[in-house]
Amino acid sequence: MNGVLAAQGLSFPILPALVFIPIIGALIIAALPARRVELHRLVAIASAVVLGALSVWLLVAFDPSNPGLQFVSSAMWVEALDIKFVLGVDGISLFLVVLTGILFPIALFAAKPEHSEKGYYFWLTLLGAGCMAVFLAGDLFLFFLGFELTLVPLYFLIGKWGHGRRVYAANKFFLFTMAGSALMLVCIVALAVLDGAGEGGGVTFDLVRIAEGGVLSETAQRVLFLGFVAAFAVKVPVFPFHTWLPDAHTEAPTAGSVDLAGVLLKLGTYGFIRYGLYLFPEAAVWAAPALISLGLIGIIYGAVVAAMQRNLKRLVAYSSVSHMGFAVMGIFALNVEGLEGSIMQMVNHGIITGALFILLGYLYKRRHTYEISELSGLQKVAPVFAGLFTLFMLASIGVPGLAGFVGEFLILLGTFLAHRWWAVVAAVGVILAALYMLWAYQRVFHGEPSEANRSFKDIKLAEFLPLVPLIGLVFFIGLYPKPILERIEPSVQLLVEHIERQVPGFESPGTQDGSELQPVASGAGSGSSPEGGE
Amino acid sequence: MVELLWLVPALPLAGFVILVLAGRRMGEPAAGWIATLMVTASFVVSCVAFVGLVGLEDHVFVQTLFTWIPAGDFLVDIGLYLDPLSGVMILFITGISALIHLYSIGYMHGDANFSKFFIYLNLFVFSMLVLVLGDNLLLTFLGWEGVGACSYFLISFWFTKPANASAGKKAFVTNRIGDWGFLVGIFMVFFTFGSLNYSDFLPEAGGLAQTTATFIAVMLFIGAIGKSAQLPLSVWLPDAMAGPTPVSALIHAATMVTAGVYLLSRINPIIAVSADWVPMLIAWTGAITALLAATVAVAQNDIKKVLAYSTVEMLGFMFMGVGIGAYWTAIFLMVVHAFFKALLFLCAGSVIHGMHENQDMRVMGGLRVLMPVTFLAYLAGWFSLAGIPPFSGFFGKDEVLTYAFQENKALWVVGVIAAFLTAVYIGRQAFMVFFGEERWPQYIARLGTATPAMVEATAAADEAAIAAEEAADEGGFDEVDDVEFHPVPEGFRPHESPWLMTLPLVVLAVLSVVGGLLNLPFPKSMHYLEKWLEPVFEGSAVKLELSSGTIVGLLVFSTVVALIGTAFAAAVWLRGRIDARRFQPALFVNAWYYDSALSRFVAGPGTDAFESTASFDRTVIDGAVNGVGGVATRAGQALRQTQSGYVRRYALGIGIGSLLILAFMFTRVVG
Repeated sequence: MNGVLAAQGLSFPILPALVFIPIIGALIIAALPARRVELHRLVAIASAVVLGALSVWLLVAFDPSNPGLQFVSSAMWVEALDIKFVLGVDGISLFLVVLTGILFPIALFAAKPEHSEKGYYFWLTLLGAGCMAVFLAGDLFLFFLGFELTLVPLYFLIGKWGHGRRVYAANKFFLFTMAGSALMLVCIVALAVLDGAGEGGGVTFDLVRIAEGGVLSETAQRVLFLGFVAAFAVKVPVFPFHTWLPDAHTEAPTAGSVDLAGVLLKLGTYGFIRYGLYLFPEAAVWAAPALISLGLIGIIYGAVVAAMQRNLKRLVAYSSVSHMGFAVMGIFALNVEGLEGSIMQMVNHGIITGALFILLGYLYKRRHTYEISELSGLQKVAPVFAGLFTLFMLASIGVPGLAGFVGEFLILLGTFLAHRWWAVVAAVGVILAALYMLWAYQRVFHGEPSEANRSFKDIKLAEFLPLVPLIGLVFFIGLYPKPILERIEPSVQLLVEHIERQVPGFESPGTQDGSELQPVASGAGSGSSPEGGE
Repeated sequence: MVELLWLVPALPLAGFVILVLAGRRMGEPAAGWIATLMVTASFVVSCVAFVGLVGLEDHVFVQTLFTWIPAGDFLVDIGLYLDPLSGVMILFITGISALIHLYSIGYMHGDANFSKFFIYLNLFVFSMLVLVLGDNLLLTFLGWEGVGACSYFLISFWFTKPANASAGKKAFVTNRIGDWGFLVGIFMVFFTFGSLNYSDFLPEAGGLAQTTATFIAVMLFIGAIGKSAQLPLSVWLPDAMAGPTPVSALIHAATMVTAGVYLLSRINPIIAVSADWVPMLIAWTGAITALLAATVAVAQNDIKKVLAYSTVEMLGFMFMGVGIGAYWTAIFLMVVHAFFKALLFLCAGSVIHGMHENQDMRVMGGLRVLMPVTFLAYLAGWFSLAGIPPFSGFFGKDEVLTYAFQENKALWVVGVIAAFLTAVYIGRQAFMVFFGEERWPQYIARLGTATPAMVEATAAADEAAIAAEEAADEGGFDEVDDVEFHPVPEGFRPHESPWLMTLPLVVLAVLSVVGGLLNLPFPKSMHYLEKWLEPVFEGSAVKLELSSGTIVGLLVFSTVVALIGTAFAAAVWLRGRIDARRFQPALFVNAWYYDSALSRFVAGPGTDAFESTASFDRTVIDGAVNGVGGVATRAGQALRQTQSGYVRRYALGIGIGSLLILAFMFTRVVG
């Protein structure tokens, strides 16, 4: 087996391809002479498009009835430490992989750098590899490597191709995230040693082996869990670790913002699920009230602060704090509804906020400002642009029928089942979201355009095309999320069962048991819940 | 034939899609005709489906189209639920929508965004139909939010005016406060019943614990007062008059605002088992809202504002009906109100059109001669709203009052006072607009007529005036505003509207006259609507036990009240026997200062609270971060001898390192 790729189901090693294609693309870009600008773009786009196509293929080939890891390819890497090169995908990671595959090419199409093209395309392409590695990794070491690999490209993208205070923002981003992941690294090593010791000596980084081993003491679980939480909380970001995000977003170039909001924030929430809940179920149950509370604070606080922003990009950044607060909350509701909602929310937030950042990029190209006070009356001069913004705005504030609603609703529902009053308060976020978004929209798009805005050009076809898939997805997910939820559910179900098995006395919060009511025939009410289709 | 039900919402949706794709190319008037055609077809299908429903034995038809959201134990479908209640709803919604679409072709003539208007209008009708036809609470919520979004688009349709944009936003955000309650109600229903389907959980409601039922009912009630503009969430509806007049007629009078009444009627089995104070809360909210709105309507000078407050008042009556358990009377009033209030709004639109966009009733007068068709139609609406028999409004409102008399005398007294005021304010409007001397010539004499250039200029001046008014709104309790007169062109003479606009007026006028036939108080065999709706409200509705004599007495009394109110209005505003200003105190003119106080709160302490949170974020949280960063930098500088200190270099190192490891791995794996 050593050194040989073993892929299940497909003869083509699709998961390693997802990780290595961006790396190869980046290396080709690096090898090309700096003067051949058009070639850099071509290679970057080509590798991103192949990435997107492969991820869609993965989606098609994915077996919805299998809750476990699929397309697993495994190879021994460092035998002495039991570090393996394991990639696999299940319902939890599938749509994040697809999201990455879709957003990266779109971000490339939607924005171009103004200088130093070679470096820009190199880092942007490399970023994709890191994201894929994180979502696909089945080994803690590989996961950590990917997690760190995303850091560097974004640091350079912000620091070199960003706006005014880019160096400050880049440093802040880098140091913040590094601090979190340093703690995580310590915990990973500790985990590898502690857990491996229980399995007859040695060390192991194998995710499944550690999770199913269950040899950690309660205290050890909790301490290590908090180490992981530190890294993920910064990444999401969870209040009060969020202040790097507005700076990073505001200063980042458009493609950076799109990938940052669209994909990179999800590394944190994904980590919570895969490495928090799966590895440390007992600690997760123990810490759930605290993390739900932090999620709740993020929802309300992010929205309130967003309302007062004078810069559109900062506003969308704070709205991300609010939306990701929902995602954290849903995870720690610890039931199928909340977790599924959370994964939906990650995907939806990627699509919607990605699209909003693309539109803001177009706006910046025309007006060279994100300041709300500089803009006015744009709906009159650019009705199509305004219409697109309206669509994604409504999706963002969770109007049912559009994507954003499905995730937020399921999260709130799941949380209500687990911690009723938290959900009641969190639902206030729904009001606040309408407030900050509509207010900003009014100031920017309504009214008469001022002198400087009168020559604002409406959206061009080339600018419109990258948005088409996102528009389609916003409607599709909003109106027919079933195919997506169906693929997420078995894996989430398995995870919830795993937690219930590992934590004595814990039962995933659900609907009431009929104590207040004659039992309702649940025949029509309960969907098919595949009980682990192995 | 009832299987065609899915076409009812699908047709307006198709219209919406067609217009989004090709509306701009079709232009005027084709886009309007397509939209009208789709809604008219939807009305025809509604009739067919309704007939089919009548033929079904249990009068319930469920059509499941596809699964919407399945997650864990949670499952909702996109499914339609046709029962006597939703059957009545779709008939009047599609019917009135079709008429208003037709009217709009004339009213929106020449507007730069003609086709866009019909896009929104079609989307609205679709959403409204989903709201009433949805077979589960979440689908109703989808329609609920959909109509809210359309309302937002249409209120701020003429978005270049800041006041219109503000009004749209205000409507949406205020509605969202209600939506919060709706959402929480949905969660509780799912938690309790494990299903959101009406046909699953409503029959089970009887077994509900009282506290649970109370919680659900109150939360959904909060949703209802948002959409139906009841106190304390009533502030958005008067401002919503910023939208084009057909929108006011359709959305902000006839259909959308009644959604709250529909929702509460739909969940009547839950209200029935909730604590006793819940129905009382609903009834009194309605009664107090009705009374206050009626007083305000007496003192407004804007022709549409009068009607807006009147709508708030009538919705209050409907809430009263729901609260006292006479659900069917609320639905009856809802239907006839849709007829006569849509009619009154469309008449107002016709007047505004004829008056060259002037909305101030003080510049009108004597229009009955110049706009005869509009006037005749208006008569039907006027007498209906005033509650004069045999016009439909009389029967609608009076059923509510009769039940109130039986259930709670105090409610009845409040209702009667509101009814009296109704006759007064609508009489006042009728006399100011259609009777008396023609007053616009004196304004033309004072202000002169406008050249085209001046018309442009005044448009700009208008904005300034509105901005100033807004500032005054926020800044303090301004004095009664002076007449706002839009200059008119040379040789101005108010004129009758084209047939596209008057035809719907005539149809609605006929409906307003005969609408009472749906349910005449005598004889018992004529209680068509009550009987038809009976299965929906089985077990939760109160029965009328008053003697025939009492009922007749109440009818006569109501008639007398309406006539006295009308006579009073004539004495004050037609004959000028008493100084009108005595009945228009500043308190009424300024709507009890409720809106302005709220605006001041939002602009003052509200904004301050938000702003201090934002500055907390900047100074405390981010300050702490930068503080830590500063310490680290200084420490780093101390160690500089051994390290370069550039994060950039470290980052590069990590990047290259990771790459090398991956490359190494790659060779190991592939090789």
